[in-house]
Amino acid sequence: MALLDIENLHAKIDGEHGKEILKGLSLKVNPGEVHAIMGPNGSGKSTLSYILAGKEDYEVTDGTVTLEGEDLLEMEIDERAAKGVFLAFQYPVEVPGVATMTFLRAALNAQRKKRGEAEISTPDFLRLVREKAGHLGINQDMLKRGVNVGFSGGEKKRAEILQMAVLEPKLCVLDETDSGLDIDALKVVSEGVNALRSPDRAMIVITHYQRLLNHIVPDFVHVMNQGRIVRSGGKELALELEANGYAEYQQDAA
Amino acid sequence: MNADIRPIRTPAEQAILASLGTVPEGGDRLADLRRAAARSFEENGLPHRRVEEWKYTDLRALMREAVPVAGTAAVAEAEARARLLRGVEARRIVIANGAVVPELSDLADLEQGLVVTTFSAAVAAGDEALSRLGGIVPSRYDASLALNTALAKDGVVITVAPGARIERPVHVAHVFAGASAAAMYTRSLVVVGAGAALTYAESFEGPDGLAYQANAATEFVVGDEAHLDVVRLQEDGASAFHLATLLFDVGRDSQVHTFTFSLGASVARTSLYATLSGADSHVGFNGASLLKGRQHADTTLYVDHQVPGCESRELFKHVLDDASRGVFQGKIVVRQAAQKTDGRMMSRALVLGDEAEMDNKPELEIFADDVQCGHGATCGAIDDELLFYLRARGIPMKEAQSLLVQAFVGEAIETVEHEGLREALIERAESWLAARA
Ligand SMILES: Nc1ncnc2c1ncn2[C@@H]1O[C@H](COP(=O)(O)OP(=O)(O)O)[C@@H](O)[C@H]1O
Ligand SMILES: [Mg+2]
Repeated sequence: MALLDIENLHAKIDGEHGKEILKGLSLKVNPGEVHAIMGPNGSGKSTLSYILAGKEDYEVTDGTVTLEGEDLLEMEIDERAAKGVFLAFQYPVEVPGVATMTFLRAALNAQRKKRGEAEISTPDFLRLVREKAGHLGINQDMLKRGVNVGFSGGEKKRAEILQMAVLEPKLCVLDETDSGLDIDALKVVSEGVNALRSPDRAMIVITHYQRLLNHIVPDFVHVMNQGRIVRSGGKELALELEANGYAEYQQDAA
Repeated sequence: MNADIRPIRTPAEQAILASLGTVPEGGDRLADLRRAAARSFEENGLPHRRVEEWKYTDLRALMREAVPVAGTAAVAEAEARARLLRGVEARRIVIANGAVVPELSDLADLEQGLVVTTFSAAVAAGDEALSRLGGIVPSRYDASLALNTALAKDGVVITVAPGARIERPVHVAHVFAGASAAAMYTRSLVVVGAGAALTYAESFEGPDGLAYQANAATEFVVGDEAHLDVVRLQEDGASAFHLATLLFDVGRDSQVHTFTFSLGASVARTSLYATLSGADSHVGFNGASLLKGRQHADTTLYVDHQVPGCESRELFKHVLDDASRGVFQGKIVVRQAAQKTDGRMMSRALVLGDEAEMDNKPELEIFADDVQCGHGATCGAIDDELLFYLRARGIPMKEAQSLLVQAFVGEAIETVEHEGLREALIERAESWLAARA
């Protein structure tokens, strides 16, 4: 069974005159696979990631999404997370007054509780976070501060990967994690992501540029345009896009 | 309307007037104050919505029941009920049904420079400290304070000698331990000498089912270069009325910080009057109200900058669940002489309940030309983007809301300097949130 199975997904902005953004998108992701989704701005990449995470601004009008055979669209937002869906946001929000440590712990324990597991002990939790944070160059001061508060763009992205590392999801959706990163930060983040690659974890890496895919090498590359996947291939497809741009696909769709 | 035509007295007003009949005769200054206050109440009665300062809290309409003045509380009952701030290491004085309970109060082994007596003892002894009482007079008639002045039975009188820095907080725990609804009037006076320092806490609590009335006023006279921290925790019973007046006279180069936390009572009104009469002082009046059901809480603040170079900061937060109502009225007055005043006032409300309501009325009245003053007010629901972010990490809705509300209120609570008190307030906020989850 596929880990994630998206079939003919149609979705529009919620509301009476909300425009349709996803127009029949299908994608199958198996455990252990890394899929890259590339496409021009406005093609619906973030929308897809939000719908997987359960954001309420969209209405699914047709199609199905299952996670390990279960209807994902029927699940509450937090339930999806507990079942292993993780979205690394394109624009992580700042949460003043909620310390990163408090937040991580609340998230981890809530997920464990929902899965019927015991809460993590304080020493185990501290050890876990310290270890993962160290690899990502996140210091104690950042962990004590409010979630993402005063973080630079790069720090926010690293903090997202830290959350991912601590929560150990089954399906990681990375929405333009490379945007706003300089080359060093890109390396650190990519190493963090690669460390999480495993035979039972899948990833969907959304990016506009091929650059990230030099570091996180995908098994499959999909081109998205106007709410659909218009072409799929291996990692060489990313290089082709880098050379030729998206113009060809945009014309096709028009 | 003819000014001579008085509205019909409500049962509550009639009961209060009956109590006023008991104001003692006598020649001393306090008796004069009491009689003047009683007369002003006879003339004005309970304030209603056409009285500007009480526009959003129509006491005449809200407080209809007539209740007698509370009788003496049983010691065991008072002891069992005084639960708030118990974990904080402090000198504790328990006031039950409006009277200090000596058996439960720590009035011995006072630190050098600290004098603590009961208001009733000070009155009986003609204590010199009482000459400071009634020194801060609100610019407009305040019914709540007038009633308190006329009827106050007991309270505490605290004097900190010049230069004495009292480390251990003084905590005055007010409880209602009666079996049926009654009214309590308590008056306290805190005099902090020049260069002295004090942390003063007061708490209020009582049973949920009784429509008792707590009227508490505390006057703070703060000398030059003194330091005063005030923490106030109001958790009166769910049917109670809570009327509070805090008055401050602040000397030169002083630091005064207050935090008023309102969680209880059916109707609560907290009025703060501060007169900055010494230059270059720094005051911070902060607070928060957490309300649910049909609770109504009004915080009305009046900061009077009379002298140059003072800095005042006000930060008030309301969290409004269900059909509760929050009111914040804040006025900063900067007199002509008060050049270089720096005053900033902010009121923020977080509306959780569909039927909840917030009324914000910040005002500045500036007569000096070289000042920096500002105010702001916000009112809104929890940010959906933040909620989504927390939920997307697996945190369920209620818990996510709790974390965000805690963060919102925490910003104000963080201003409390005393660690034990600060942590106790955070715990009260958490417990409020846990009860709603
Ligand atoms: N909440 C929203 N409200 C209105 N329009 C939206 C919303 N979310 C996305 N859109 C629109 O949907 C289209 C796809 O956006 P998005 O999913 O962000 O694309 P991408 O991530 O590929 O750049 C864009 O035209 C965008 O303006
Ligand atoms: Mg996007």
